[in-house]
Amino acid sequence: MRTILYLLQKEFIQIFRNKTMLPIIFILPIVQLIILVNAATLEMKNIDIVVVDNDLSTSSRKLTAKFEGSKFFNVNEFTFSIEKAKQELLKNEADIIINIPSGFEKDLFSQEKTKIQLLINAINSTAGGLTNFYATMVISDFNKNIISENINILPLKSYKNINVIPKFWYNPELNYKIYMLPGILVILVTVIGMFLSSLNLVREKEMGTIEQINVTPIKKYQFIAGKLIPFWIIALFELAFGLIIGKLLFQVPMIGSLFLLFGFASVYLLVMLGIGLFISTIAENQQQVLFINFFFLLVFILMSGIFTPVESMPDWSQKVNIINPLAYFMKVIRMVLLKGSAFNDIKKQFFSLLVYASIVLSLAVWRYRKVV
Amino acid sequence: MDQAENIITVKNLVKKFGSFVANDNLSFQVEKAEIFGFLGANGAGKTTAIKILCGLSAPTSGEIEVASYDVYTQTDLIKQNIGYMSQKFSLYEDITVKENFRFYGGIYGLSKSRINERITFFLKELKLESAKDELISSLPLGWKQKIAFSVAIMHDPKIVFLDEPTGGVDPVTRRQFWEMIYEASHNGITVFVTTHYMDEAEYCNRVSIMVDGRIDALDTPENLKKQFGVNSMNNVFLKLARN
Repeated sequence: MRTILYLLQKEFIQIFRNKTMLPIIFILPIVQLIILVNAATLEMKNIDIVVVDNDLSTSSRKLTAKFEGSKFFNVNEFTFSIEKAKQELLKNEADIIINIPSGFEKDLFSQEKTKIQLLINAINSTAGGLTNFYATMVISDFNKNIISENINILPLKSYKNINVIPKFWYNPELNYKIYMLPGILVILVTVIGMFLSSLNLVREKEMGTIEQINVTPIKKYQFIAGKLIPFWIIALFELAFGLIIGKLLFQVPMIGSLFLLFGFASVYLLVMLGIGLFISTIAENQQQVLFINFFFLLVFILMSGIFTPVESMPDWSQKVNIINPLAYFMKVIRMVLLKGSAFNDIKKQFFSLLVYASIVLSLAVWRYRKVV
Repeated sequence: MDQAENIITVKNLVKKFGSFVANDNLSFQVEKAEIFGFLGANGAGKTTAIKILCGLSAPTSGEIEVASYDVYTQTDLIKQNIGYMSQKFSLYEDITVKENFRFYGGIYGLSKSRINERITFFLKELKLESAKDELISSLPLGWKQKIAFSVAIMHDPKIVFLDEPTGGVDPVTRRQFWEMIYEASHNGITVFVTTHYMDEAEYCNRVSIMVDGRIDALDTPENLKKQFGVNSMNNVFLKLARN
């Protein structure tokens, strides 16, 4: 134990004396957090519309005005030519074309089937789907208004609709930021902890100091612990720091127990830092460590469910996620913060990571060779 | 020669890397408190042998005992009883002189008071009291080497292994370094040293000369010079290495 304390003392002196390391550890991630949470949003605003109005009636203007009044849409251009509108779509100047045919108003009041056409740029299928969804909402809202305004003219049966009232639980305002912030925070904490610890170990190899360590009677687990604990503490600090920023700047709710969250995070970090240390016991220099770490992190992050729900991934990738520590923490941090999940709800993830941590740390200790 | 006085015993040491034989059947003994010079050209296998004796590398075959512990099974006991200073200079550059002493003292399990006692002793001995809070990276090479040697004997090991300790150091500092080696030997520490400087070979009690993984000569410098009929270790070395 005393040996580990001497190791920790040395590591902390090295970290805190390094004038370039401190900003890297504490300022960069916070800047990233603020930028990414604001940028990485799936909410669509400012969807550009070209209106092709061949009806030029009161009703067609009312419909257009509805789009203009929506916070999601910008009506950029009116034209009579569908070909010209298609050019706009092609040039990426517009996201959606609303094509109102002549006779629109006439059909509307004569109870014929009324048609308008939406042409949507769906290169990004998610954005295309959302654009369609928002536009349809505006149109059905317009439809309801028509019905209630003309309630005397039209027969009763046409406004008997099923009235659906959606209620969004856990994030009632559908605020994307409070969903993204925990996810991005997980990534930042992981990157900092994993890279710092594994680069630190392999740096001792590069400098040759590891040889001097290997010739001492130090135990293998002591050395690994000495490389793990400092960065584990720093990563937990980083998490606390990020949560404070989230609370102050983004009003992220913290419904569940923070104690539970940090308990889970400490086990999670043992896994990620363990993987990093295992990699650095194999690698010979910092370059190799960077590339191998980067490979695993990229796969882990994109499969973790930060942007897209794990449940909608193909079956095989859901199975791969069993060994993806990020997927566990990504899920749990959102459950605890946004839903207020308790230990009972996350105990499966907790014990899985506990087993995972003991495996990777044993591997790291085993793979670290004092005798070559 | 009394067998009990041998602190290192090597019998038929072989170390192979694939088909390359780095150490070809080495056998020798080192006596307690002796200064044993381990010479050889670059690539002769000196560093390989020294790493095996320190428990940093496993031998392919042979019977080797260091400080009466077996190199196959008791490497941690060996490590507690030896000091090591390598040609690849291994103090931590980004912490101070004092912090390096404290760190290694702590790793070797010295008590806090013993660590402080040793730090005071070495700083005085090296006349480095004023530089104790300087970063290692800011010191000249000669000072670093002397500090590294002091760190290596801080825990009072039975043997200290020095792998080309004076490479790149000026003659005055080399002289001072050898005074430190003599003092360590005087205090009962066995010194096992490799070097390229043949004048340093003259300072050793006994010298072995390795050529192509084998030990071609092993005796006192006096006897070696007589045996080869030359007047300096330099000529002994050249005669052996040219064959």
